[in-house]
Amino acid sequence: MDAAPAPDAIHRYSFPAADCSRIPYGMYRDAEIYALEQDRIFRGPVWNYLALDCELPNTGDFRVVAVGDTPVIVNRARDGSVHAMVNRCAHRGAIVQRAIHGNVRKHVCCYHQWSYELTGKLTGIPFRRGVEGVGGLPPDFDMAQHGLQKLRVEVLCGVIFGSFSPDAPPLEDFLDAPFVAQINRLFHKPPVVLGYQRQRVFGNWKLYTDNLRDPNHGGLLHMFQITFGIARLSGRGGATLDRDGKHNMSWAAQGARPEGETPDAGAGYGDTGRGDMDIRLRDPSMLRYHKEYPDDLSLTVASIFPNCAFQQIGNTLAVRQIRTKSADEFEIVSTYFGYADDDAAMRRHRLRKANLAGPAGLVSMEDGEAVELVHRAILRDRDEHSVVEFGGRGPVTDQPNLVTDVPMRGFWIYYCKLMGIPAGQALS
Amino acid sequence: MNSHLALELHMRLTLLFEEYARLLDEDRLEEWTDLFVEECVYEIVSRENVQQNLPLSLMLCDNKNMIRDRISALREANIYNIHADCHIIGPVRGIVGEAGYEATAAYSLFQSTQEGETRLFSVGRYHAHIIERGGQLRFTRQRVVVDTGAILTLLATPI
Repeated sequence: MDAAPAPDAIHRYSFPAADCSRIPYGMYRDAEIYALEQDRIFRGPVWNYLALDCELPNTGDFRVVAVGDTPVIVNRARDGSVHAMVNRCAHRGAIVQRAIHGNVRKHVCCYHQWSYELTGKLTGIPFRRGVEGVGGLPPDFDMAQHGLQKLRVEVLCGVIFGSFSPDAPPLEDFLDAPFVAQINRLFHKPPVVLGYQRQRVFGNWKLYTDNLRDPNHGGLLHMFQITFGIARLSGRGGATLDRDGKHNMSWAAQGARPEGETPDAGAGYGDTGRGDMDIRLRDPSMLRYHKEYPDDLSLTVASIFPNCAFQQIGNTLAVRQIRTKSADEFEIVSTYFGYADDDAAMRRHRLRKANLAGPAGLVSMEDGEAVELVHRAILRDRDEHSVVEFGGRGPVTDQPNLVTDVPMRGFWIYYCKLMGIPAGQALS
Repeated sequence: MNSHLALELHMRLTLLFEEYARLLDEDRLEEWTDLFVEECVYEIVSRENVQQNLPLSLMLCDNKNMIRDRISALREANIYNIHADCHIIGPVRGIVGEAGYEATAAYSLFQSTQEGETRLFSVGRYHAHIIERGGQLRFTRQRVVVDTGAILTLLATPI
């Protein structure tokens, strides 16, 4: 179901708390809110993750990605620069580039053969002058006014971001220091793409961005590491935010099971029957973490507003791009990578350890189910509210452990700002 | 015997795939594991990656213990959509390969909810290597190339 953006849709639901500790269910189900998000969030003053520089090594290499639900071509032009433009012909609105990746000299629309340079400039229109002076386009038709719609592009450490908005701040200001540092950390040497994974989730995309900002669920929903005695929620970890609170990096440190702690110390799990079961895997070799950064962080998931997350699960590295489809569906496209200087053993380790992540991930598969469970149950009672109080109410700050969902509130406070929602005020 | 199998062997391969599908569909995953030899590879990989010559899988078990661990994780740890699987495996094409048989077959996998709602979950093709072991046919390799690379919701139970 689709709808046109309806600015008054934001007044249908109440955010009774300015700290966004209450989120109205309707924000996840309303097609008009979804349409507004495309304008105000994805095309708003933000930077969206597009692709990795290493996916476009040669002139003419392209990938078709999406910003929200808008298809976007990312490619490398003749001068080596990267360009991003909406994959929609300026003539009749057809998809121009039908392949999802490849190498071309120019992009040619199959419908009427309008052709575009790798910069998005319109350069060819067949029969523009008609036949023997009859037909064709009017003489004053200005091709310069009919290129593909361009996005601004910035590249940080080989990671390509795009923005529709002239008002987006410089990329590094938008990311803020901890997230610039995290991108530098993961891309400190040349990466190489190992492959892609895609997952369709039948729920609202914000249930997934919430999930990414809810470290508390990690050791409760995802029981693989707990069951097999690898880690637990009471281990050393936390959440790091940017100055706005819109991004979140959940992290856990190597040896997250604290020194000297016995397996039965999972008492925080109460009578849930979960906690430490300490069953052994028959082949635990893929769980090993081969330290490859100067710090001791063995798990980092850096979620950047609005559309991506950079994941390090041990030695499994990936960027997840959220592509929205409707209020009720989104796709996660993950690009897994290693480093160009990986030896054969490290390459194999990364590929085996990828079992932990993605739609079939031993650690992560539950996320698809959790999102859909919420999405199905909140169809009605749209002005009832989700409760977000782990880690406390009030200011959104860095979190010293994992038993928190404060970063979720950070997302929503920033989201409300961009959407023009007066959080904390009574419904008008 | 030329490279095309005698009828009897063809029938045995077909029955192996029938057993493979039935054990999965009846949630007899531990018994399904026994269709593999100890040194084996079970892999689910997207056609998108195969076509680009990219090595990443969706699921990769490169020995039988990793398959056993997958199944015990499903039993003990993982939370996933409650469903029943129904595999429809097409005709098996087998040829004599190196130290065994190479077999391929297309599949469709339907998933049904507790309330009896069914969706087509995945289609693709099996690429297997099979050997004789103790008078029975067993998988040394089962490589599942999925056309449905955009996994619906999540991928928990084996294909």
